[in-house]
Amino acid sequence: MSLLIASNIQKNPKYLELVHRRNTLGWTLSAIVCVMYFGFTLMIAYAPDILTNPIAPGSVIPMGMLLGLGVILASCATTGIYVYMANKTFDPIIAEIVREASK
Amino acid sequence: MRIFKTVIGAALSFATLFASTLSYGFDAPAAAPAAAVPAAAPPLNWHAIIMFLIFVSITLVITYWAATHTKTASDFYAAGRGVTGLQNGMAIAGDYMSAASFLGIAALVYFNGFYGLIFSVGWLVGWPIILFLVAERLRNLGKYTYADVVSFRLQQGPIRIMAAISSLIVVIWYLIGQAVGAGQLLHTLVPQMSYRLSIVIVGVLIVLYVTLGGMKATTWVQIIKAGLLLGGASCMAFGVMLHEGFSFAKLFSDAVALHPKGIKIMQSVVPIGAKANPIESISLGLTLMFGTAGLPHILMRFFTTTDSKAARKSVLYGTCFIGYFYILTFIIGFGAIILVANNPTYVVDITKSVLDLKGGGSMPAIYLSHAIGGNFFLGFIAAVAFATILAVVSGLTLAGASALSHDIYASVIMKGKADEKKEVWVSKMSVIGLGILAVLLGIAFEKQNVAYIVALTFSIAACTNFPILVLSVFWKGLTTRGAVMGGYTGIFGSIGLLIIGPTVWTKVLSMGPAIFPYDFPTFVVLPVVLIVAYVASVTDGSESAKKERAAFEAQMIRAETGLGAEAAAEH
Repeated sequence: MSLLIASNIQKNPKYLELVHRRNTLGWTLSAIVCVMYFGFTLMIAYAPDILTNPIAPGSVIPMGMLLGLGVILASCATTGIYVYMANKTFDPIIAEIVREASK
Repeated sequence: MRIFKTVIGAALSFATLFASTLSYGFDAPAAAPAAAVPAAAPPLNWHAIIMFLIFVSITLVITYWAATHTKTASDFYAAGRGVTGLQNGMAIAGDYMSAASFLGIAALVYFNGFYGLIFSVGWLVGWPIILFLVAERLRNLGKYTYADVVSFRLQQGPIRIMAAISSLIVVIWYLIGQAVGAGQLLHTLVPQMSYRLSIVIVGVLIVLYVTLGGMKATTWVQIIKAGLLLGGASCMAFGVMLHEGFSFAKLFSDAVALHPKGIKIMQSVVPIGAKANPIESISLGLTLMFGTAGLPHILMRFFTTTDSKAARKSVLYGTCFIGYFYILTFIIGFGAIILVANNPTYVVDITKSVLDLKGGGSMPAIYLSHAIGGNFFLGFIAAVAFATILAVVSGLTLAGASALSHDIYASVIMKGKADEKKEVWVSKMSVIGLGILAVLLGIAFEKQNVAYIVALTFSIAACTNFPILVLSVFWKGLTTRGAVMGGYTGIFGSIGLLIIGPTVWTKVLSMGPAIFPYDFPTFVVLPVVLIVAYVASVTDGSESAKKERAAFEAQMIRAETGLGAEAAAEH
């Protein structure tokens, strides 16, 4: 990649938009997963009662089992959201930037 | 193709040896009925052996196909970058769903109930982070190893040496764990075959796969194995649920009723009997999450995809497969409490403990397959477990060999001027070397306590590879000095604290109470690594540091847009 192309891309508002949007989405979803997982971990560490109480009186299933399952499903869901957003919005912008750069 | 014929010839003679050993093993008790054969000498597990031989034959055919299509270095290291998102999703899931996690999580649940789920959750949450922060950028910046990415704008020599050291430590220890597991598993399933022979078989097969078929063979072995493992585990979980009338309430209440610890298996967030330790729980969480995102054999898979879009999709597929698999292992663990515990066929001595199984602590899932589908299904699951070890060991060996040939030989010794054919040759020699090393270490560690291996490998990955990779991609200010000092802090910090920690200091070395009271050092080492990398970078006023910071913009353009990224092979 020549320096000229690089400096052109750097000034291209589409590139700046791509970087901004991808970083926002990536770090927001990372934060969501971290808050969820470390929330679960902090409960294990400091409030295990929340996790070990049964989901309903008389049931043997602890709340933590539902929450743990929830974290697993949410991990799959957030990756799905990222891929959906990236396919829909990032790829067209990337294709335009590449086309303009190779003119 | 002459080499291939020679190797296939060697493999055939090896197979003959394998078969004769088996038939010897089979005939021996019959020929010597007076010998002191233990009363319950298990019969030869023909189902497992036949299914295992079918798997090996199929994988050798694939290896032959892959060998004829492996011509360039890009073919060898990165499967010609022709792997689709779905295929790579299966392959990364295959790399991650090791026999240790299949048998290990089922066993954790079997002994401790709910606690097993905590590990599953921790092992899964690293995946979204890989997708959001590194997967696409890795594909856009790298060639064959993650060190390509870290050294993209930094100095090749020092960075690659540091990255290769941490990769090799992770790979070799992971290999030891897999080899010991393979030897014990095969020896337990087919007692006529010794522990050593089992490990030698693994060593010979993986050297065949990797030297001949490179990443193409390794990827397809991984995909097939992932399919078999997901299919087998689904059948087991289905069998358990069928037995329980498809009611989770009944599954869990039956397990509570039958487990000797009763309701405690639903109420303990630490191993049953252990003291709750908040800091340890947090450190374990950090290690599992960020360790996943730093395993060299996982990161390497992103270079095999056709482009960054395929890399991105592959994480979605991989995460869903792995998440589904962990839910299955959870059901399997509870199913084993109901169908395997209390059963004199599987339990060593039912008068002493209703949980302790013949063949050791990793057997609940294996016996559950027998309880559900008899010898045939046991044979299938045993063969799948063994195939899993083969596939994971192949991936690890290729990752280790790439660190030696691509990072050390081609980039450090030859300063990037290595002939491509020579580099691949060095890589194949490294595969053979690592294969022999894995066999020798597997034999040496037979009677050793290898419980610290997961902590060791994941801690180094979480404290070295992951933070340095993320800093190099996202932080303009990172310089060679910062990356190298941070990296070595991660490597030596985690090893040092593990040695003086409870598992190694107290249990392995018997040196008395541990100096550092936690099993997982990540909560201390990871922040220190970040601080060291930061301080060493910002105080670096050298000319080269200025150039490295200036080169960040160009790196970022390539990382974000894929302009200039390695293209997929034409064929």
